[in-house]
Amino acid sequence: MIFLAKITIGLKEGMLDPEALAIRHALGNLGFATEELRTKKLFLVRFDAADAREAEEKAKGMCERLLANPVIHHFEVEVHR
Amino acid sequence: MRFAVIQFGGSNCDRDAQYVVSDICGVDCDLVWYKDRLSRPYDAVILPGGFSYGDYLRAGAIAARTPVMKEVTAHAEEGGLVLGICNGAQILAESGLVPGVFTINAYPKFICRSVHLRVETTDSPFTSLYKSGDVLHIPIAHKEGRYVIPADQLSALNERGQIAFRFCDESGNLTPDSNPNGALEHITGVLNKNRNVLAMMPHPERASEEVLSSDDGKKIFLSMISHIEHAKGVTC
Repeated sequence: MIFLAKITIGLKEGMLDPEALAIRHALGNLGFATEELRTKKLFLVRFDAADAREAEEKAKGMCERLLANPVIHHFEVEVHR
Repeated sequence: MRFAVIQFGGSNCDRDAQYVVSDICGVDCDLVWYKDRLSRPYDAVILPGGFSYGDYLRAGAIAARTPVMKEVTAHAEEGGLVLGICNGAQILAESGLVPGVFTINAYPKFICRSVHLRVETTDSPFTSLYKSGDVLHIPIAHKEGRYVIPADQLSALNERGQIAFRFCDESGNLTPDSNPNGALEHITGVLNKNRNVLAMMPHPERASEEVLSSDDGKKIFLSMISHIEHAKGVTC
């Protein structure tokens, strides 16, 4: 069964996000006042798994072993048929 | 005695590192393409600077998962020396061979200039020929070099003396202006627990000859050579 995993990787709470600060500053220059801005990376991965549970486990494994660095990142996984 | 410099796709300081080891220090040094793996025993392995795999995902993340890194890990576990410079340091952190991570600079741009580093420990095979507190003039060239580690691990790192180098001013003081990438506690050189793996963002291979305006980095390679000679002498 083919599943689509939507994997979102973000910085842990309290981690400095220099790109977000620069983008927020540029938005300010354009007249957009913002209270907060965070950046995240979205991965869309299609792969085979026996069921949704296995698909989620595989997607988490991808995060733990490559897509995220546990020192600075947290991740969220959603799997869809 | 023989060193290896591992070349990944996108490494670009590989020949500089080999040149310093072989031509400046007079020790045999092979350039090893990562796919060729470590086909013979080496006394020391250098992971050079560059932009392996275009810094895709995170700097060093892809190279850290190549099969040759399993061999580098085994080499380190057997007590062999591993020096990671710049991208090589990022690869070592991504591999878990040293704790923490080198991530995007606090001011997110590429910085390429000479900086000052303070030698924090001489109790390592990489720094034994320096004096504690020595101030070195060595270039940096990176965008992802800000060292980060969780607070609980940081205190252990300090207690065990695993910090090799910190950014400082020319007198050795840790001032806000002398921390170019915003690294935690100015850290820019980290040892593993066994002290045989060093990850450092500055480029000692670019500061190993007076003609390049500084040879302050040369003692890192000479320290490694001296350590290996001593170890061989003891075991013979």
